[in-house]
Amino acid sequence: MARSLSVNLARLRGRPSGPAQFDANERTLVSPLELRAPGKRLMYWLVFGALVLLTVTTLFPVYWMYSGALKDTSELIRMPPTLTPTEPRWGNYLKAWDNLNYTRYFANTLILAFGALAIQLVVSTSAAFSLSKLKPAGSKVVLFLFLSTLMVPSMAYLIPAYLTVVSLPILNIPLIDTWWGVWLPGAASAFNIFVLKSFFDEIPQDLIDAAHIDGAGAARILAQIMIPLSRPVLAVVSIFTLIGAWKDFFWPFLVLSQVELQPIMVALWRLSARMQEPLNLIIAGLAIASTPPIILFLIFQKQIIRGITLTGLKG
Amino acid sequence: MSISTRARIPSQPGARRLAALRRNAIGYLFLLPALLAFATFSWYPIVRGFIISFQKYDLVKGAEWVGWSNFEFVLNDPLVPVAWRNTLQFTLLGLLVGYLLPVILAILVNEMKRGKSYFRLAYYLPVILPPMVSVLLWKWFYDMDTGLFNAILQAIGLPAQRWLFDRNLVMLCLVVLSTWANAGGTMLLYLAALQGVPSHLYEAAEIDGAGLWRRLWHITLPQIRGVMLILLVLQIIGTMQLFTEPFVMTDGGPANATLSVVMLLYRYGFRFYNFGAAAALGLILFFVLVAFSILYLWLTRRISQSQ
Repeated sequence: MARSLSVNLARLRGRPSGPAQFDANERTLVSPLELRAPGKRLMYWLVFGALVLLTVTTLFPVYWMYSGALKDTSELIRMPPTLTPTEPRWGNYLKAWDNLNYTRYFANTLILAFGALAIQLVVSTSAAFSLSKLKPAGSKVVLFLFLSTLMVPSMAYLIPAYLTVVSLPILNIPLIDTWWGVWLPGAASAFNIFVLKSFFDEIPQDLIDAAHIDGAGAARILAQIMIPLSRPVLAVVSIFTLIGAWKDFFWPFLVLSQVELQPIMVALWRLSARMQEPLNLIIAGLAIASTPPIILFLIFQKQIIRGITLTGLKG
Repeated sequence: MSISTRARIPSQPGARRLAALRRNAIGYLFLLPALLAFATFSWYPIVRGFIISFQKYDLVKGAEWVGWSNFEFVLNDPLVPVAWRNTLQFTLLGLLVGYLLPVILAILVNEMKRGKSYFRLAYYLPVILPPMVSVLLWKWFYDMDTGLFNAILQAIGLPAQRWLFDRNLVMLCLVVLSTWANAGGTMLLYLAALQGVPSHLYEAAEIDGAGLWRRLWHITLPQIRGVMLILLVLQIIGTMQLFTEPFVMTDGGPANATLSVVMLLYRYGFRFYNFGAAAALGLILFFVLVAFSILYLWLTRRISQSQ
């Protein structure tokens, strides 16, 4: 796994990397020659058509959400349903934003996401730097202890993790209903440390040694050599952290019981379970909550797809 | 001069030790935030999980040792076997419905000469949606009166179904949603693996007269076998921790037909405040899943060695 990862890291950095790159002319299972035979050609187009048809199953539900939000309640529950809104009510989105109190929940989600990002970047980057370049005595053991947490399913220690946040050990500070209760547990991300360390490992030690001889301290090496050279991987880690924080439900749901502190996913769950809001506004709320990750994805599509192939776990 | 030389020689190991000490100190200074975070929010809770399993834990009164009684409570709860059966049923159904689908999709998409990036984007779209949105959206699709599925069934002249209220259908409903929400992400991983299959293998097989299916069976599948094994284990570990889907869609119903292990753990802890029993159930889940994790580690190591 480590080796395939390093190859992928090279790709992430934009180096040419041979057969692994997306290439339209690259040879696959079916040869170009075979495709010229009429039977095979027909087969090809049948498969193509089937694949296009199958995308309806992923696109249509999303269309149904965005268009359902434009209908009024009576049209929304009509059977059979209308394929397109007879009279699109764009105002539903604004109404949903107001009625569902989205300004508050959006702000909360942004605070949670960017706070998580800042803390995770600082913690993971400095740890990965130390493990990759400073290598203090025992750092291999530390790395192992970090990575071993990836092997422990988070649900298995849900209760003790929650009780830790209820009252921090030694300090006895309660973190329930504070941003820190979500931010700090997220800082322990073995995944980020692993990805960053793998990338840092590829930065030549000579560069570090040269800077060291020139009198640069560890902090300066990190700030002026490692971070500028690692922008692509930092971008991937940042996008994953932001999208991950945006989607997160269960932990914020446990930790933030006060309505005024809740992020959008927790609010959506509560609002839909209460069943007081009209259905079309809830649907509009779902559509609004999906829009930021979709936009982020469309903008950073290339980096995200590379990042997913690189890490294999997130998305 | 000779004095100073003599004086410096014995001090050199000391200076070196001091430099090493300084280097280690700086190294650990950079590790400190992560060490603190892991110690507080990962390592300590993992160890504490074992301890709380043997305690009666009260948020106000604190902890009290009770021996094995939490485990006795869990093993005597008639809902525990129900929850495990449901969870295993979800895992198996999930494998049946959703395990091969991304492999097939990826192999087919990889053969397409045009539209590759459209397919990638379209199949990945559900993965971008937040899980809470997907689950609520599908809850609406499954709605008996206003849902999309009954509308489609009625349009083609079939009887409407009770979906989430039908004991026999509800698990399949969750599996289909979960497959819809996740298959695109897995497909991307297979696509990446397929793009790493060297062209010369196909060409050599062709020269030897191997047809399409034989190339698929003897080249394509063996080449992505490693990724397939890893994703098999990851899917099992992921689906065994099923929570959000039944929690939001059915609250474990109808008649506990979708009560999962993690949902039961959640109920023990956060509805009945029986943290000891919840931790004990968590520990059992831990051992079951760690078995799979070890399998995963072993597989990744074997595969990275064979490459």
